[in-house]
Amino acid sequence: MSVPVIQLEDFRKTYITGEVEVKAVRGVSLSIQPGEFVAIMGASGSGKSTMMNTLGCLDRPTSGKFLLDGVNVGELNRDELADLRNRKIGFVFQGFNLLARTSAVENVELPMLYSRPPIPAAEQRQRAMESLALVGLAKRYDHTPSQLSGGQQQRVAIARGLVNRPKLLLADEPTGNLDSRTSIEIMGIFQELNDKGITIVMVTHELDIARYCRRVVVMRDGLVRSDELVKDRFLASEELAKLDAEQKAVQLT
Amino acid sequence: MFAVLRIALRALRRNILRSFLTMLGIIVGIAAVIVGVSMGTGAKAEVDKQIAGMGQNLLVVMSGNMARGGVRGGFGAAPNISPADYEALRREIPGVVAVSPEVRANAQIAAGNQNSFVQVSGVSSDYASVRSWQFRSGANFTEGDVRNANKVCLIGTTTAKTLFGEGVDPVGQIVRIKNAPFTIMGWLAPKGVNSFGQDQDDIVIMPYTSAMKRLSGDTMFRSLSVQAEGPAIIADVQTNIYELLRQRHKIQPGRDDDFMVRNQQEMSDFFNANNRIMTILIGFFAGISLVVGGIGIMNIMLVSVTERTREIGIRLAVGARGRDVLKQFLTEAVLLSIAGGGMGIATGFWLAPLLTKYFQFPTLISNDSVIMAFTVSAVIGIVFGFFPALKAARLDPIDALRFE
Repeated sequence: MSVPVIQLEDFRKTYITGEVEVKAVRGVSLSIQPGEFVAIMGASGSGKSTMMNTLGCLDRPTSGKFLLDGVNVGELNRDELADLRNRKIGFVFQGFNLLARTSAVENVELPMLYSRPPIPAAEQRQRAMESLALVGLAKRYDHTPSQLSGGQQQRVAIARGLVNRPKLLLADEPTGNLDSRTSIEIMGIFQELNDKGITIVMVTHELDIARYCRRVVVMRDGLVRSDELVKDRFLASEELAKLDAEQKAVQLT
Repeated sequence: MFAVLRIALRALRRNILRSFLTMLGIIVGIAAVIVGVSMGTGAKAEVDKQIAGMGQNLLVVMSGNMARGGVRGGFGAAPNISPADYEALRREIPGVVAVSPEVRANAQIAAGNQNSFVQVSGVSSDYASVRSWQFRSGANFTEGDVRNANKVCLIGTTTAKTLFGEGVDPVGQIVRIKNAPFTIMGWLAPKGVNSFGQDQDDIVIMPYTSAMKRLSGDTMFRSLSVQAEGPAIIADVQTNIYELLRQRHKIQPGRDDDFMVRNQQEMSDFFNANNRIMTILIGFFAGISLVVGGIGIMNIMLVSVTERTREIGIRLAVGARGRDVLKQFLTEAVLLSIAGGGMGIATGFWLAPLLTKYFQFPTLISNDSVIMAFTVSAVIGIVFGFFPALKAARLDPIDALRFE
């Protein structure tokens, strides 16, 4: 068996705010293999944001072990964490988090600015354009975020997440700011990418969005309550077709 | 590095007015430094030019001692160098090419129906060569004229113009000084105004014997001008004059001299002392305004870091190290201050000549001051940009991403 992309062993995270100790995650063991497409679900306060921050190497466990692609994240310092994020993780956020007044292609180039060893400018541009093509936005490479729709902005963010060929694409409520149709389109892109072998972990609180994934992990009060494969999985292409049919019907009547 | 510069430039361009206002403090400070230093340098160059214009390898022996008893008597002291001192100096000190005593008197001078009040210098026939006077026409008086106290004189350009009109050659004319008729033998080439605003060409020069006998009645000289053979022996000649005059004036060991011997370097230092104080003062105030400018940069950079917290969060999330963020904000601060420095230097170059033109203040912008100003502005950017940049670099990526 190949090295798991994510391996958590009795992962705990405790925040100390003033005098109060908050046990956000209280012992989670979890393993995610290459090529999986996992949704982490839970209400607010369930610990899913803490999971997200830890899986994204933005934070370290208080105790327990977290191996990302075989690397023990708990032992790394700030700079090493930054390098790890740069090489192995692509982020997609709820609020897109693109740099304003900066063209799409330059936004996609951003992670490569911090690559070690440095990537030549010409190669950066080429890879950024390839990445944009992957999400179907090659034509709008010179548009700034304010000239793009929400769905298009999220696609730029996905392209940015993919540009350094990460082991893991980590999405935090990627459809939270989008209407239902665009949400399905974005999930369609994730499904396509997953079919190409890219590992995706996504945090969401929407059940129907989670049904586009292959596996759903439900958290409550800092613990995993259920962890099972999705049975009747949604396929974005089918759902879009249904939606089109429904809209047509509404217009006809 | 190139990418860092591009990002910084874009960030500054985004807020062009704010960037300019931030730079203003630095612009004013650097311009003040440039102009202030140029005033000091200009004044010094002017003084040095005057002193070099006095003659070559020159030593001046003056009556009195400025340092004595804490009282700066200096030029006002009573003349106490005797004709015998002068003769002894001429005879006994090796390496002296020429010596001239000097007595001064102010006297009424008249020619035809024109008259003027003029400063008369009584000197030896060596004086013209010692003090580098050139002749427009005519010639110097002779040693014979000195010996016989002849009623002859040399006349400066300004005095000649007053008495005879512009461009009229006065050689051979008779002027009356204290009602005695003097024949003009030479017309002196102009030397211009000295650094004290005194017209050096409003002058009449005559044998010291004539001046002492017919004008002032003095028996002592107020000063001697001594020309040494070459620059290498000036120090020796200076020492020898000290020893000779101390001996002749019977000054006991340990007692102060009642005269001074100054070479041109010392004269330059003396007259430049005030310039230096002025330069330091202007530098001090310019320095204060630079500090204020630096604080302005720090202030704006702090605002900028807060405004761009989310951007910093994104950069950290995609793999920027703290160092990368530090470099980015430091580059912005340094770019601001260097641009301000550049504009300040340009402003200085524009302002300094205006100062000369409208206030007749000599200014000279040296390369050193430009290099210094530029370096200072870069250092300000680094010093005052460091704290905001550090603040940015230390942000926690999670908090920064959540920042609204």
